[in-house]
Amino acid sequence: MQEHDTSWVRTEMALAQPAPASVRGMGAWVRTNLIGSVGDAILTIIGIALVVMILPQVINWAFINAQWTGPDRSVCATVAQGGIQADGWSGACWAFVNAKFGQFMFGTYPIEERWRPILVAVLFVALLVPMLIPRVPRKGLNAILLFLVLPIVSFVLLVGGMFGLPHVETSRWGGLLVTLSLSFVGIAVSLPLGVVLALGRRSKMPIVKMLCIIFIETVRGIPLITVLFFVSVMLPLFLPAGVTFDKYLRALIGVSLFAAAYMAEVIRGGLQAIPKGQYEGADSLGLGYWQKMGLIVLPQALKLVIPGIVNTFIGMFKDTSLVIIISMFDLLGIVKQNFSDANWATPQTARSGLIFAAFVFWLFCFGMSRYSMYTERRLDTGHKR
Amino acid sequence: MASQEILREEPSRGSFVNDPKVRSLFFQAVVVVLLVAGVWWIAQNVIANLTRLHIASGFGFLKGRAGFDISESAIAYSSDSTYGRAIVVGLINTIIVAVVGIITATIIGFIIGIGRLSQNWLIRKICTVYVEVFRNIPPLLVIFFWYSGVLAVLPPPRDSINLPFSSFLNQRGFYFPRAVWGDGSWLIFVALLVGIAMAWFVARKAHQRQMATGQQFPVFWTSAALIVGLPLLAYALSGFPLSFDYPKQSTFNLTGGFQVSPEFLSLYLALSCYTAAFIAEIVRAGIRGVSKGQTEAAAALGLRSGSILRLVVVPQAMRIVIPPLTSQYLNLTKNSSLAIAIGYPDLTATAGTVLNQTGQAVEGVLIMMAVYLILSLVTSAVMNVVNARMALVER
Repeated sequence: MQEHDTSWVRTEMALAQPAPASVRGMGAWVRTNLIGSVGDAILTIIGIALVVMILPQVINWAFINAQWTGPDRSVCATVAQGGIQADGWSGACWAFVNAKFGQFMFGTYPIEERWRPILVAVLFVALLVPMLIPRVPRKGLNAILLFLVLPIVSFVLLVGGMFGLPHVETSRWGGLLVTLSLSFVGIAVSLPLGVVLALGRRSKMPIVKMLCIIFIETVRGIPLITVLFFVSVMLPLFLPAGVTFDKYLRALIGVSLFAAAYMAEVIRGGLQAIPKGQYEGADSLGLGYWQKMGLIVLPQALKLVIPGIVNTFIGMFKDTSLVIIISMFDLLGIVKQNFSDANWATPQTARSGLIFAAFVFWLFCFGMSRYSMYTERRLDTGHKR
Repeated sequence: MASQEILREEPSRGSFVNDPKVRSLFFQAVVVVLLVAGVWWIAQNVIANLTRLHIASGFGFLKGRAGFDISESAIAYSSDSTYGRAIVVGLINTIIVAVVGIITATIIGFIIGIGRLSQNWLIRKICTVYVEVFRNIPPLLVIFFWYSGVLAVLPPPRDSINLPFSSFLNQRGFYFPRAVWGDGSWLIFVALLVGIAMAWFVARKAHQRQMATGQQFPVFWTSAALIVGLPLLAYALSGFPLSFDYPKQSTFNLTGGFQVSPEFLSLYLALSCYTAAFIAEIVRAGIRGVSKGQTEAAAALGLRSGSILRLVVVPQAMRIVIPPLTSQYLNLTKNSSLAIAIGYPDLTATAGTVLNQTGQAVEGVLIMMAVYLILSLVTSAVMNVVNARMALVER
């Protein structure tokens, strides 16, 4: 018998074949993602119908038919309404936003002094951007400048009355200036206050613990409007006759206290998630209470709850719009106030103004939430599974 | 011997200043003293201020004549009613908008949340856009948008938009036919109650039988037949007592029917849309929180996809969903206080008016706080009961 010597070993790898046509390319993507089953196909049709119904109208209204510039209401009103547009015209009145842009940003801040809020904004951005980029060095110095020096400089610049700067009443502040300054100070105050409240709630001292619980649960149980009512109506009663509080300061106190209660609960969640061994380890090293918390527990706890903290920030940023109730004019307030301007009163004005305000709010909130997702990924050191 | 003696002694703490117990007592004493001093100082100021403003404290003012009108009221109210009644009217309005809003927000939220997990790319994207838009703008802005941006620019009453079921939409709100219950219509309600009770009983029995013997019973169809069929039967037996009062066009306005004011409509729509975005995220997290092994195990047991969802995934997802859902319900209730910005007479609005008219700031704010706290506690309590029923029963 002849031995089989036809055995053959292939010396080079077979070339990779492309995936079959049924699982690649546009066709396959459409099959799996849009018309996977009968139900899917029906949903896709409904979805397309929805998009086709809404999107062209929105684009038409916001861009194609929109009026971008103009002196007064006539550009945004139809002939029947006393304007120049054909009957049945419907489009955004960006001319209104354009004309009022200065007010929307600064309120009734004197025009010749507006370089001051602009300078503050430039400083803020110049300090914030390096703070947010992890690779930029000198974070400590940056934080001191941002959270200690900048507020003082901003206070001097915005309020004035010293160094030759004319005084500007806070009642003349408005628009985005109020929204941003309220939320920045609110964030800077509510975070440390929230940490203190959270530590107090977990304290072993019964009286301190009880006071913290009462404060947190009361504030969380009532709407912000009630808190604002409280600070605007009751604070004056609490002070000796003749002592008055600036309205802006009152709003600041209300918003900060409110956010601090929510912040405290978020941080408490983080504190509870730290294993007991960490506390005991710190104790066995002979660290005191504040050393233990500041060096061991809080850095880990705060890292765990970054998403919650940023959510609270976003909530607070949105909540600043409620100061309209105690007749302060933040971005939303000033937009709404301008609806009543007879020069610009058209059916499109309110929509356009509100959509502009919504866009500004949305930009800030969306930015914050995206940045928090980025930080969460960056700081994820593998504790979470 | 000597070493044991030493061990039994209290460990020396050095100075008593370093004793944690002494320190804790000292700090608490400081806190109490500061607190009492603060409260005393505030009380002094409040008393001084109130006497200076000639305001009598106490809740007696609630019995005074209100003298202002409220545009919407579920109970009888006129400007001759008392301040107390005005506040109750506001409270009822708050509860109405909160309950209706919670129901709608839950429905929209569940649809959008499940949509975000859909296999379908288009549906997923549409739902993502919805969530990202509404989560990132203030609720007050959404309310204004519905109020000034949409409802205020609707046509005037004489050009009302006709909707199905003879309902109309115009600047002054939404009109739909009002049901007029004739004589003997109480029978329908009784039949409805009986139907619900019987359905509940059938469901219980069917569950017991399935547990004991494994035999199933078409509970859903039986319950539907009982709950819908019995009232219909009663309706026929009592001689069709139900009629409708349709809204009719007249020269300047619509008459008849039931009118929903634009204030209520915009508050309700805005709260529902806004809260739904948050509920959608909660639902999504809940469903994704159920591990894939559960779905696969259920499929291995031979369950169909509908049954997998109903019997395996949803009960487990609900455990994750309910606690954050509770806080969203509370948020919606609290956000309903934004009504004051558009003039819907909710609790904050009426109590605020009372507060302004009487100058009873302390009492007014206290009432507001107390009522919202009670509403929060009641909602939490109800949701805790639901949560306890849903919670994992462990050995």
